[in-house]
Amino acid sequence: MDTETNFIKKNPKTALELLRRMKKIRFTEEQIAEKYPEGRMRCPTHLCIGQEAVSAAVGLLLRRNDFALGTHRSHGAYLSKGGDLKKMLAEIYGKAAGCSKGRGGSMHLTDRSVSFMGSTSLVGGTIPVAVGLALSIKLRKTRQVSCVFFGDAAVEEGVFYESVNFAVLKKLPVLFICENNFYSVYSPLAVRQPKGREIYKMVRGFGCPSVRGDGNNAIEAYQKAGSAIERVRKGKGPVFFEFKTYRWREHCGPYYDNDIGYRAEEEFISWKKRDPVLLLQQKLLKESALTDSGVESMDKNILKEIKEAFEFAENSPFPSENEIGKNIYCGG
Amino acid sequence: MRLMTYAKAINEAYIEAMRRDKNVIAYGLGIDDPKGVFGTTLGLKDKFGKDRVFDTPTSENAMTGVGIGASLNGIRPVMCHQRVDFFLLAMDQLVNNAAKWHYMFGGGLSVPITIRLIIGRGWGQGPTHSQSLQAWFAHIPGLKVVMPATAADAKGLLLSAIFDENPVIYLEHRWLHNLEGDVPAGDYRVPIGKAKCLKKGGDISIVSFSYMTIEALRAVELLEKAGISCELIDLRTIKPIDWKTIFCSVRKTGRLLVLDTGVMTCGIAGEIIASVCTECFGSLKHSPVRIASPDIPTPTSYAMTRNFYSGAGDIARKILEIFGKNTETEVCGIKRPPHHDVPGEWFKGPF
Repeated sequence: MDTETNFIKKNPKTALELLRRMKKIRFTEEQIAEKYPEGRMRCPTHLCIGQEAVSAAVGLLLRRNDFALGTHRSHGAYLSKGGDLKKMLAEIYGKAAGCSKGRGGSMHLTDRSVSFMGSTSLVGGTIPVAVGLALSIKLRKTRQVSCVFFGDAAVEEGVFYESVNFAVLKKLPVLFICENNFYSVYSPLAVRQPKGREIYKMVRGFGCPSVRGDGNNAIEAYQKAGSAIERVRKGKGPVFFEFKTYRWREHCGPYYDNDIGYRAEEEFISWKKRDPVLLLQQKLLKESALTDSGVESMDKNILKEIKEAFEFAENSPFPSENEIGKNIYCGG
Repeated sequence: MRLMTYAKAINEAYIEAMRRDKNVIAYGLGIDDPKGVFGTTLGLKDKFGKDRVFDTPTSENAMTGVGIGASLNGIRPVMCHQRVDFFLLAMDQLVNNAAKWHYMFGGGLSVPITIRLIIGRGWGQGPTHSQSLQAWFAHIPGLKVVMPATAADAKGLLLSAIFDENPVIYLEHRWLHNLEGDVPAGDYRVPIGKAKCLKKGGDISIVSFSYMTIEALRAVELLEKAGISCELIDLRTIKPIDWKTIFCSVRKTGRLLVLDTGVMTCGIAGEIIASVCTECFGSLKHSPVRIASPDIPTPTSYAMTRNFYSGAGDIARKILEIFGKNTETEVCGIKRPPHHDVPGEWFKGPF
């Protein structure tokens, strides 16, 4: 693995693209947070601000036809996989033009055109689905990868063990991406998993190769996930990743919640000092891969795209109420 | 005539489906073991190979999710479980994912999976090996539920289920596996959502499904001799239900008896009676009646199960009551089998 400096020197375009993807996620969600209190995004909405690095890195590595699935907190994964921003915002606004036609909201995103196969809200719920997609890849002998994002709580679900076991047993092309942000809603890891456990080490015990990484370092995540994806693509079986990171805002909703008593302000501040977006931007500036005016124009372009997407979402029509009974079954 | 057992008919449906479409795969715990899930999956692995027919880890929930995932990419998985009860571990994947995927993602993707579940009965199957939970599945929008009673329908509905674009729960009663019937050759399909009138009659409509249809056939014969003409409707599909056929029959006969293999409370029989009362109230000459299992976990003991399940005699007795006839003299024509806890001499347990 290259040092960040060397990586930037060798791959300046990739490093810039990582920053751009992170910023697109960050700025989109900041705008969601700002507008959420208007009461027009009427669905549970989970922001990943502070956690953008992993989804940006993995999304950039995956090919368009590689499958990806996510959780309730999937704006980052969806956007980085190439999911359509306008359709995502329209979905959060409950509009007909939404990626799920207004049936799913923020927690149920999909964009088939980039093989983002779905995000769902039940903890661990998409893990076996990703393994099943991997089984289909093996049966059809295509060289795709199936990637699933989940959090630290998902490894407490029985279905996680069942799914990893089957993926290892059948040597399926799955990339398990665990973003460990230390909290399941308000419940800290300490009340959920034994002290001293490292999730990635536990998974090795199932026979699944595993890697740990800094979830706030996009370049590290990119390099580590990159070599794993190639391994998975070659048919050598699944790989598991644990990336430690931190969600800045409340579990669900637009606000900060460091004052309500389940976590300390100092903890938040220490993570905020390691802001993945700012860290990469500073590094790129330091290595002269980016200039101040480059930052300015990157931000301007992203903000313009986001502004247009919000306008689209806000102004597009709601689905007709009499569509409610459609698509219960496929084909009638 | 192509006489074969219900189990063999299921086996034929698998073979037909897997020959027609290489995307059909079959898996489940014990699918290729020497018993072949009561004979229903015998020989499949030899015919279609270990990639398409495979035994699985004992992971009901994940293996259901695996089926869902595979189906999103064009595979048609057929899963099986030797008892319904084990499948309860998979309700999360079934209800939250399989049933919802098509709808909640705006109709873009579908989940064409088939899940075979076997309902146990008798030989002390007891509290956790004999639950008949069709009402649970039918309660979930997005699922289809079928319960064939005859060998021909077993084949025809399994083929339809496999090639349906939606998740289909295929419930088969253990006491049906050895029953023989005439089964059409080839790609024989029975439409999902269509009931079948097994006998025309004018005095009362009997709506039944799965094993209860077999008991009903015996009762209907006896009642004919007692001068009561029954119309017997075998529902075949529990969801979506064929209301038209039910309502037409009740409007003609004015009377209704519904038979259910599940327990009474919140069951399919109750649902049918509710809708008939709403839609055909003016046609009813007698309050609708239902026969279902008591709201009690199934005990294991031979002695305690003696009257747990209802059979042809109970059906006949109930109908004679509706017509105000002497029950005891008439139903004495129905002989009870020597042992109440087996469907016939062929069944020696253990499950």
